[in-house]
Amino acid sequence: MKSLTNSRRHFRRRKLTNAVMLVLCALATLAAILPLVWILAYVAQEGGRFLSVEFFTQLPTPVGVPGGGVLNAIVGSAMVVAIAIVIAVPISIVAAIYAAEHPNTPLGIALRFGTDVLSGIPSIVMGIFAYTIIVLPQKHFSALSGGIALAIIMTPIVLRSTEEMLKLVPRSLREGSLALGASEWKTMWQVLLPAALNGIVTGMMLGIARVAGEAAPMIFTAFGNPFLSADLDQPIATLPHTIYVYAISPYKDWHAKAWTTALVLIVLVLGLNIIARAFTAWQLKKMGWR
Amino acid sequence: MMTPSLEKNRVPKIKSFQRALGDNAHVNETPMATIKMQIKRLNFYYGAHRALEAINLDVYANCITALIGPSGCGKSTLLRALNRMNDLVPQSRAEGEILLDGENTLAPNVDVVEIRRRVGMVFQRPNPFPKSIYDNVAYGPRLLGVNKRSDLDAIVEKSLRASALWDEVKGKLHESGLALSGGQQQRLCIARTIAVEPEVILMDEPASALDPISTYKIEELMQQLREQFTIVIVTHNMQQAARASDYTAFMSWQMSGALLDATRAHAGRIIEFGATKNIFTNPQEKETEDYITGRFG
Repeated sequence: MKSLTNSRRHFRRRKLTNAVMLVLCALATLAAILPLVWILAYVAQEGGRFLSVEFFTQLPTPVGVPGGGVLNAIVGSAMVVAIAIVIAVPISIVAAIYAAEHPNTPLGIALRFGTDVLSGIPSIVMGIFAYTIIVLPQKHFSALSGGIALAIIMTPIVLRSTEEMLKLVPRSLREGSLALGASEWKTMWQVLLPAALNGIVTGMMLGIARVAGEAAPMIFTAFGNPFLSADLDQPIATLPHTIYVYAISPYKDWHAKAWTTALVLIVLVLGLNIIARAFTAWQLKKMGWR
Repeated sequence: MMTPSLEKNRVPKIKSFQRALGDNAHVNETPMATIKMQIKRLNFYYGAHRALEAINLDVYANCITALIGPSGCGKSTLLRALNRMNDLVPQSRAEGEILLDGENTLAPNVDVVEIRRRVGMVFQRPNPFPKSIYDNVAYGPRLLGVNKRSDLDAIVEKSLRASALWDEVKGKLHESGLALSGGQQQRLCIARTIAVEPEVILMDEPASALDPISTYKIEELMQQLREQFTIVIVTHNMQQAARASDYTAFMSWQMSGALLDATRAHAGRIIEFGATKNIFTNPQEKETEDYITGRFG
């Protein structure tokens, strides 16, 4: 009898501990989500007021002149990010293949360590770096220098996610291909990379989302441009830099435009993410992977 | 090691495999076949560990050779040595010779890709590529430079027919290979293997992940394939070996008194090799008899 009462008391204590832990977990989850919801709601509220079709299709107006948009910055951001993708993605994927295939060679270890260090370097340092090696010799700011700075930031993100995804592809697929007389290269290109496609695209999206919001390197490289430009060799406006310029200005209506630009930036990055995920889901379904 | 109590040519004392042997259409043939592959004095090492020791084995053309034995005895290692899949394991090393039509596949100047094309492999778990059924089968021929659509169509149909899958998939060739059932996936992998027209097909427990009906289909398929190919199969299922194979090699890694050297203690050896009927009814070695009668370990 004694043991039974003991166990009953013990049972009550277990239930109580369970309830307390559950509440703590719920609070922690809430605390993690709250800033996100708060920021999104605040930006939507502040930025939504001036949101209009013109904001996407027109160039900025001078202080005090109503209307106007950030078309130049949307085009500029797209260009700078596109340059970063063109430079960073091929390099990252090829390097990731090497790192995944030869993880224990000196070069493989150096590659992993190097990318970890690189991803920890503040983005403003990348900006100063690109400024020193490209902008100073050329004696002018340019879209290209901005793209290169972003490419350096993007490379470790894409590289590491691609490497991790390649490592997750079942060994049996590689063996199946090699057993048919395929070379290592063909196996990688025709079987392993397609099988890891979902993860690689997700890594690219993370990279794009990260660099599309970088303002600091843009101050030293793309610099900004109030006019519409598609010239790689000229200064160019970007969304984060536009937010920065509007936000530090002393003008009320520019502050409002900074919020609206921020909303545009968030929506564009989010939209890109959704499209990419839909694309990979469709690819996976086509392959029967899921 | 001949055990005196097991003299030759006596009445078969093991009854449990009579039925399986009865299902084996080739059991009473003694094929005077030519030797397709010949393993000579093969030692195999993973690092310092010796996984195989002094393997001698003849693989006869257009016959099915089964490798049986307890887990860890090196059956799969031996099988994977035959198309040099073990090359993928770092620090693995082979000594001795494996002859394919008289040529040593372990020689340093041999093209591994060519060996693997001539000696194909079907794995334990079906591993179709995440591609369409058509592209799975066409993968190998494309590697060999076949790119004309009509040629590929013909190869794909021929291979799927030969693997007894055509009727089930002919209407959905461009759907994913991963959408098929496990048994169908395994037959797709067989189709993929025979599409490159190998000479030898290695099967590493090809039915162990499948249900009995799929297993039956695979075994039936093996009997058709032996007309054209030489087959070596690793199996844990002794009934399957008795039903399906012409020759059986029994392997074991048990430490025998003479082998107390630690690095060699668990090296897999071939204890007995012979016609399947003899191995299952009248084994010459005590270890073989213990294993097939379930008294092992």
